[in-house]
Amino acid sequence: MRRIISLISLVIIAIGVILSLARIPFGAPNKKIGRYYIEKGIEETGATNIVTSVVVNYRGFDTLGEITVLFIAAIGLGAVLKAEKRMKLKRKIEPASLILYTGCRFLFPFILLFGAYIFIHGHLSPGGGFQGGAVIASGFLLIYLGCRGRRISEARTKAIDSLGGLTFVIVGLIGLAIGGYFLINFLPKGIPFSLFSGGIIPIIYVAIGFKVGSELAGIIDNLMEENE
Amino acid sequence: MIFIFFLILLMLTAAIAASIFKDLINAVIAMALVSLLASILFYLLQAPDVAMAEAAIGAALTTAIFIIAIRRTKRHEE
Repeated sequence: MRRIISLISLVIIAIGVILSLARIPFGAPNKKIGRYYIEKGIEETGATNIVTSVVVNYRGFDTLGEITVLFIAAIGLGAVLKAEKRMKLKRKIEPASLILYTGCRFLFPFILLFGAYIFIHGHLSPGGGFQGGAVIASGFLLIYLGCRGRRISEARTKAIDSLGGLTFVIVGLIGLAIGGYFLINFLPKGIPFSLFSGGIIPIIYVAIGFKVGSELAGIIDNLMEENE
Repeated sequence: MIFIFFLILLMLTAAIAASIFKDLINAVIAMALVSLLASILFYLLQAPDVAMAEAAIGAALTTAIFIIAIRRTKRHEE
């Protein structure tokens, strides 16, 4: 009986999904708003990467919400793991093999550099704050695997995290004071295709990059500390 | 076009395998494969921004976090 009911509800859901998706013309190029962004994006925001101009400029407030979600998730994880961290027993950490150790130490600065490159050039080339931050966090993961026993300072990651979030909000509030609405692009747009262009977009993306990177590295740090 | 179909087929296989495997580490690796193939597909569909996020977060960080979590609990499903 239960099986029949679940089968029927599955069929109903499938029909609903198919009916609602059939109406949407996937990949059709004549969407009004998409075409508007593609045509006016560079001119209005100064960012060559249209995705960035949408994420940080046109939909900047949504990005602030996304960052808040990530922030709350990181805080929640830290709080849950902190509760049982009290009874910590010191165990001897098994060192990694020589190849892993040398490889990690050699690759780590390049990964950091690549992550920074991704978020600094977010308005020019594919990528941005989230992607760059994730690359930086994966570099820290490599360090945790290779150079065991090394820890990043928790207070410092928290400080960088808060500073990134504060920069975003303060830039938004300055826009509110100058131009009349939150996150208005109040800096000069500059010449497209150059590094200093796009007004507030590079500032916000660097802030997001630092924030996401330190947050994800903090999550890994929390989990690894529990582990050993 | 054939390449894309091959990727999708591989992705489906990996996704089904991830749900079937009893060894959770194997399941997580299969899931990482799904993420990696998804990021290649995103790249081929001309969405490099999403592809980068998927490769860095889906294939690398999520896998690592799952493996750490499995190491703290049980490896095999009953």
